[in-house]
Order: sequence, then C-alpha cells, then structure tokens
Amino acid sequence: MTTHAPHLIRGESGDWEVVIGLEVHAQVTSQAKLFSGAATAFGAEPNTQVSLVDAAMPGMLPVINGHCIEQAIKTGLGLKAQINRRSVFDRKNYFYADLPAGYQISQYLQPIVGKGEIVLDLPDGRGRTIAITRLHLEMDAGKSLHDQHPSQTYIDLNRAGVALMEIVSEPDLRTAEEAGAYVRKLRSILRYLGTCDGNMEEGSLRCDCNVSVRHPGEKLGTRTETKNVNSVRFVMAAIEHEARRQIGVLESGGTIQQETRLFDPATGTTRPMRSKEHAHDYRYFPDPDLLPLELSEAEIERIRASLPELPDDKKKRFIEGYKLSAQDAGVLVAEQAAANFFEAVAAGRDAKLAANWVINELFGRLNAAGKPIDASPVAAERLGALVDLIQDGTISGRIAKDVFETMFETGRDPAAIVEEKGLRQVSDTGALDAAIAEVLAGNADKVAEFKSGKDKLFGFFVGQVMKKTGGKANPGLVNDMLRKKLSS
Amino acid sequence: MALDKAAVRKIARLARIRVAEEELDGLAVELSNILTFVEQLGEVDTAGVEPMTSVVAMTLPRRADAVTDGNTADKVLVNAPEGTGNFFAVPKVVE
Repeated sequence: MTTHAPHLIRGESGDWEVVIGLEVHAQVTSQAKLFSGAATAFGAEPNTQVSLVDAAMPGMLPVINGHCIEQAIKTGLGLKAQINRRSVFDRKNYFYADLPAGYQISQYLQPIVGKGEIVLDLPDGRGRTIAITRLHLEMDAGKSLHDQHPSQTYIDLNRAGVALMEIVSEPDLRTAEEAGAYVRKLRSILRYLGTCDGNMEEGSLRCDCNVSVRHPGEKLGTRTETKNVNSVRFVMAAIEHEARRQIGVLESGGTIQQETRLFDPATGTTRPMRSKEHAHDYRYFPDPDLLPLELSEAEIERIRASLPELPDDKKKRFIEGYKLSAQDAGVLVAEQAAANFFEAVAAGRDAKLAANWVINELFGRLNAAGKPIDASPVAAERLGALVDLIQDGTISGRIAKDVFETMFETGRDPAAIVEEKGLRQVSDTGALDAAIAEVLAGNADKVAEFKSGKDKLFGFFVGQVMKKTGGKANPGLVNDMLRKKLSS
Repeated sequence: MALDKAAVRKIARLARIRVAEEELDGLAVELSNILTFVEQLGEVDTAGVEPMTSVVAMTLPRRADAVTDGNTADKVLVNAPEGTGNFFAVPKVVE
C-alpha cells in the first residue's frame, strides 16, 4: 500500500496536487505618494489627499519619490534578491472609473528587483524555501464605493498614486497552509524592514492567489486568479475552496477557464468576476514622462548596510545563543517588538525559563486580552524580575502564575506583590516540619496504608502539606522532608 | 504591416473611441499606411546600439518624501460632471 502524501488532495480520479503562486501588493511606508507630494495617511476625508498629478489633470508630470525607491531596494535586499541597476516604468493601460489617467504607472519587463527567496517556517520547525520572481514599484488606483447609492459608484482618489510594491512568487507553494505561512513571513520581513506596515485591515497588504491543480507529475493545469484577498485566513480559505472547485469541475468532465475570480468572505467561496472582454490587453509601453531608473552600486550598498537583523538571522541566533527550540525561536522572532521584549527578559537569566514565560504566559494573556506586545501591561524588566524570584527560590512557579496575573492587571512590581500578599515560598524547615507533622498526625490511617506498600499516597501527602501552607511551601523541600519522615 | 478591419475594431474598443462600422475599412487603410511608413526605420542597422531613452543627458530626478500638496478637493472635483460630499459620482460600476 502506498502512503498518502499529506499535501495532496484525494479525489475520485486519484490524488491531486495544488500549485499556488501569490502576488502580494504591499503599500510602501512613506509620507507622500510615489509620483506626487500628496499625503498617504489612512482614513482622511475623501479626495483631500489628491494632487492634480494624482487626478491626472492635463499637463501634470510625475516626479518620483526617492524614499519609495529606497524602500523597494531595502525590501529586495531583505528578500535576498537581485537589485537591478537599471529599471523602467511602463504604462499599463485600462479604463476604470477609479483610474483617472486611463493607465497605471507600473514596471513590466524591467522591474527594480529580480529573483529572491523567502524561507517559510513550517509548524514542524522545518524551513522551506520559496522563490520570489520579482518585485516592482507601481502606483495604486483610487477607491470605488459601490454600496452608497442605488445607481452610482462613488470615487475617492486619496489612495490613487500611493506607492505599492508588487511581490510575485514562483508557483512553488503546494498547500493553503504554505500560502498562509508565506504571507505571514513576508509580512514579518516587511515590518522588520519598515518598508510596509503590513496592516491587512487597512489594505496595506493585499494578495492575488493564482491556483491550478494537476495529478502529480503531470504538466501544470490551467490557473485562475483570485483577486484582492485581504487576510491570511481568507488567502487560505480562497485557495482551499478554489482547489476543490477545480477538482470538482475536472472530475465531472469539465475544463478550467483561465479567469479572474473574487473571494466572498461571507460564504468562503470564489466566483468569477464579470468577464471583461480584452481585460488583459494592457498594451504596456515605457512611460515617456519618466526616464529609466538608474541605481549606483554605492546607493545599494549604503542601503544594505542599514538593514536590521532579519527574522531568519534572529531565529538562528536565538537557537544557538539562547538554546531555544526552533519552534519557540520562530514564535519569538515573528514580531520585532516581541523579540526585543524577550531579549530584555532573558538578559542575564535562564533564557528557556524566560522564553516560557514570554510565550506561554504573556503572549497567551495578551492574545486573550486582544492587546499587541507594545501595549503589554507587564514591562519586560518586571517580567524579568518575576523570573528572578522563581530562579532564586523566593516563589514557586505555581505561585508565580498568581503573581503574574496580578502584574497583568496592575502592572506592579512582582517583589512588592509577593511581600504584600505574603507569597514568599516557605523554605524554613522548622515551619515545614510542623506542617508535615500535622498532616501525618491527621491522616494516621493513610500513613499506615503507605507503609504497607501503597506508594501512590505520597502525592496525597505532598498535596496536603502544600494546602496547609497555602501553596507557599518549597515543593522540592517538602518532597525531601516527607520522604525522610515516612521512611523512618 | 497591414491591419485588417477586426484589428481596427479592437483598437478602437480598447481606446474607448466609437467608430462606425462603415468607417473601419477606411481607417484600416490609413493606419496600415502609417505603420508601413514608420517601418522604414527597420532598414537601419541598429545592432549593438543602446536604445535611446532621452535626448537630454540627465537621470531620473527624485523628489523628497514630504507632503507638499493636497487639501484641494474643490479643485480636484471642479470639472466632475457629478459629485457628492467630496466624492466623484459615476454611473454604477457593477462587480
């Protein structure tokens, strides 16, 4: 019997392999737009962040924003990609109400960034390398509101002209989970670099999913493109649905149309976009308003020197330097702020203990409260102080959880909480002796049973002593002392 | 290069220019003549010559990343046939 490879989908006609490539549109973090001096801030009043260039008034000329160029180079370097010393801006021609000029300025045959790669962090701790085809700079279109009026569409051009990086992957992804991991990793790298804020709710990161299916070993099937999916969860749902839909069509004797589809989050399904005749005939040509973009080696090297430590390098350092598991290191480095927080807690302390407290207690509590790490009510120094109290035996790990709960609610210093509530671990043998004596005297029957061979009762005695001391007894000490007492 | 009637119809449609059916034949002849005229350039041997992108010796000028424009919704909307509350209003685009 052959084993079923986990990435395949079993159908009536055998196993199917899903082939996925993603195009991510990432909004460049910048003050002003790609070709004008209008602002990019989210949420402004309609058409207040529009220059006459963005509105495509006759005679207006685009002048490129130098910072956006640097951001694209930086992103390319972060993706270990080739930076093209010469690239060209082209006009992509199509008519739509939110595209005032009738063309989008984009890059076609000669993009600013060429081949690169992204390493996915898979749940089992393995890494998988996905090839990046290219990254190019382009301007965003305006925003159409279709639901404000029964017979009209409202247009807001605030977004028109905002700089986007389109990042295209090779069709190397094989499952919805891998696609989700890809978007998460790309988002993490962009946020480390500060080149895109990665805010999917505000549309700073949008994803087009190219999906096709085939029997393993066969040539590529016809693909469909599901446009503008705006969350990791939706990317995974759209791919899952689209793959199963295509398998259903093929197994019932149909063929897949190469088409553009839309994902409906309400139903979790995809549907074809109203078919636009000639929609793909963009008639690209070099924009005569813009000269080719030439980069010097010095400029590229200056930007390379400014790169921060990226997630993959940080993860490696955490595994080697702090002896963390690949999984823990992966969780900690996903957000730069979380990684910094951990390092502040771990400084001069048991790193594994620190990682446990940051990941299991703090992250768990923050998630439940829906707070990001930078809004943590527990400061890194204070969590560090709590780890100190555990390490030096002042409190047990069990009591520390209660102290942490109070810290999370009040933000206070753990030592002060321990003193105030009298939670200091009892390591005084005299006090423990008394508690043990009381427990043994009060359970003479159980002591007899224990001595006649019922070893399991040992745990019962430990529990009773802990209870008598309000959980504050040093558990290791209680174990030792009880064992001595019971064997005498 | 000769353009046929179907090609002219497609180009007109892509450019959103309304061309009556009876005009297509004439336009096909005119456009074909223009293309044939320009194609004479193909006779020049340009092997090894870099494509010329500009007649002036300059590189792409760059702008600083600073907000220098905006808050002129009245000017942006002044030519709009229809608008409401600072939005352009256009016939409904179904999608």
